[in-house]
Amino acid sequence: MTPLPRWADVVLLPLLNVVLAFLVGGLIVLAVGQNPLQAVGIMLYGAFGYGSGFGYTLYYTTDFIFAGLAVSLAYHAGLFNIGPEGQAYVGGLGVILIGLALNGTHWAIVFPLMIICGGAFGALWAFVPGYLQAKRGSHVVITTILFNFIATSMMGFLISRVLKPAGVNSDESAPLEAITRVPQLRTFIELFKNSPVNLTFFLAIIALVFIYWLIWRTKFGYAVRALGQNPVAANYAGISNQKMIMIVMAMSGVLAAMVAVNNVGGVQGRLILNFVNGAGFVGIAVAFMGRGHPVGVGLSALLFGILYQGGQELAFQMPGITREMIVTIQALVILFTGAMGDMLRAPLARVLTRSSSPTGAK
Amino acid sequence: MESYLVDITLILDSTVRLAVPLILACLAGLYSERAGIVDIGLEGKLLAGAFAAAAMAAVSGSAWLGLLAGIGAALLFSGIHGLASINFKGNQTISGVALNFLAAGLTTFLGQSWFKRGGYTPQLAGDQRFNPITLPFANELREVPILGQIYYELISGHNIITYFAFIAVPVTAWVLFRTRFGLRLRAVGENPKAIDTAGISVTRLRYQALIITAVLVGIGGAYLSIAQSAGFNNNMSAGRGYIALAALIFAKWRPGPALLVCLMFGFLDAVQFRIQGQVFPIIGEVPVQAIQALPYILTVILLAGFIGRAVAPKASGIPYTKER
Repeated sequence: MTPLPRWADVVLLPLLNVVLAFLVGGLIVLAVGQNPLQAVGIMLYGAFGYGSGFGYTLYYTTDFIFAGLAVSLAYHAGLFNIGPEGQAYVGGLGVILIGLALNGTHWAIVFPLMIICGGAFGALWAFVPGYLQAKRGSHVVITTILFNFIATSMMGFLISRVLKPAGVNSDESAPLEAITRVPQLRTFIELFKNSPVNLTFFLAIIALVFIYWLIWRTKFGYAVRALGQNPVAANYAGISNQKMIMIVMAMSGVLAAMVAVNNVGGVQGRLILNFVNGAGFVGIAVAFMGRGHPVGVGLSALLFGILYQGGQELAFQMPGITREMIVTIQALVILFTGAMGDMLRAPLARVLTRSSSPTGAK
Repeated sequence: MESYLVDITLILDSTVRLAVPLILACLAGLYSERAGIVDIGLEGKLLAGAFAAAAMAAVSGSAWLGLLAGIGAALLFSGIHGLASINFKGNQTISGVALNFLAAGLTTFLGQSWFKRGGYTPQLAGDQRFNPITLPFANELREVPILGQIYYELISGHNIITYFAFIAVPVTAWVLFRTRFGLRLRAVGENPKAIDTAGISVTRLRYQALIITAVLVGIGGAYLSIAQSAGFNNNMSAGRGYIALAALIFAKWRPGPALLVCLMFGFLDAVQFRIQGQVFPIIGEVPVQAIQALPYILTVILLAGFIGRAVAPKASGIPYTKER
């Protein structure tokens, strides 16, 4: 089989897969008697049409960039981390603990500490599956799934029994004072009205650049990619696979935990049950759609940000379509860009070779 | 003494009820993983099966048609999984994850579009459900101390899917270890090349395994919505597919132990409601969350090799490519 030209491999094929996912999604919407084009219009309006909608889009995008990068980084090392959901949840514990300890302190001091402390908790939650794969031979896919469930139980216990202040009815921690919370952009830019997008958004942009630099411009990144593409060769090249697996998983956990900085530190200002709300899982779709490249991850995170915010709007305007349609789209994206990513490769190669060599070399 | 006995029988009774979907999903996973196909998507198939069964039962009024629809939905999902992992040689884990989201999204979306009840299907009653079956003489023997009680509470009075699940265990063991098909199935999961060399189609065998998987897990899904409950509600599988997967690993991919592990996990589920708020000697109050997390924690410990070693079928997760 002739290999695809680089531009087709990097741009065209992924794009076709995404288009396919959305086409199938559109057909499903059509099948229940709704107009998919009208739905797209409403979603775009909801995502960009007014200030607070746009702010919400960026807020969701922030979450998805971090979760997408977490999955991508691990995937470059050949590790499928399904656990950003749990890692972000546990990261929230680190964020709230440091926040409450320094409650009342100015955010400029607390924000970096939230990143460090939340990151450390997320790192720990991802490191353990990494350690178990490196040293004990259990697969991260299964362990990270199990750790998501363990995180749910553990955090449920801690929030409802330990962190909940006396006299509060709902299961949540004590709140952070306004000065300690990560400031929301609406305090500087009026456009964002009452949307929750906050400074963490810029942290996400920095993370995108950093991960690009880390993976493609450093020795460490080379080792990560070597491990992912051929662990045996990496080992011969003097890379300690065991050490790399543990480090990469821990770093993946740090990235996932930034979702907690965004939500606990910047939006809720307290630790609530299930605040991650699926963002960690969206990261899987974002990573596959973006092919693990920061540019791709950024764009797909934005697309999912649009879908999530636009989906809210949709639920108001077209009662026949619920927000769960977004989860369906997410599933189709994972299916077509991840699991069946090579489905169109052979036909595409045939079409391209035929058009580039009209003399008919087959 | 008497009340303790009643208590224990009741806990065991709900153990059985809670273990049934686990047993069916676990056996389902057993077939596909023994054939070399990793099935993270059990959760999604369980959910899709539950939804399709409840939707069909509500529309048609027949539990049996509901059951068929549940199996049909699971077959559809298995078909996608097969297409991705057998034909296109894609990543089976990713495909499974995708199917889980697909089920979560589609069931709620279609449920709302079709029934407009916030993701619930209409309440089912009478023939729309599988109702408890009273075994012969259960009522007469009820007065007999201990044995009669156990017969009445624990063995009699379940629905037909429950009995099917318990029969499916020895049948699976027989199929897997005593028939030619079972031998081939195990071989294709360990060494597909050998099967191919013997002139048997790897693709065909793996699809057969996926079909059995779908039938079993589809029945498990139907159990959730039209036997155990009277209708579908959002995300009603609630992680049972993952627990079944954990049970499968715990049982080291063997049917007999799978039954025991599923019963154990069902038991943990059953006692969880009972111990809420109770104070025990020495250990004090056990948080519900600790019991909820226990199956997962145990599986992690097992996978880490601290209590025996769980070794998956050798070729599981690897698409088979014929040499040319």
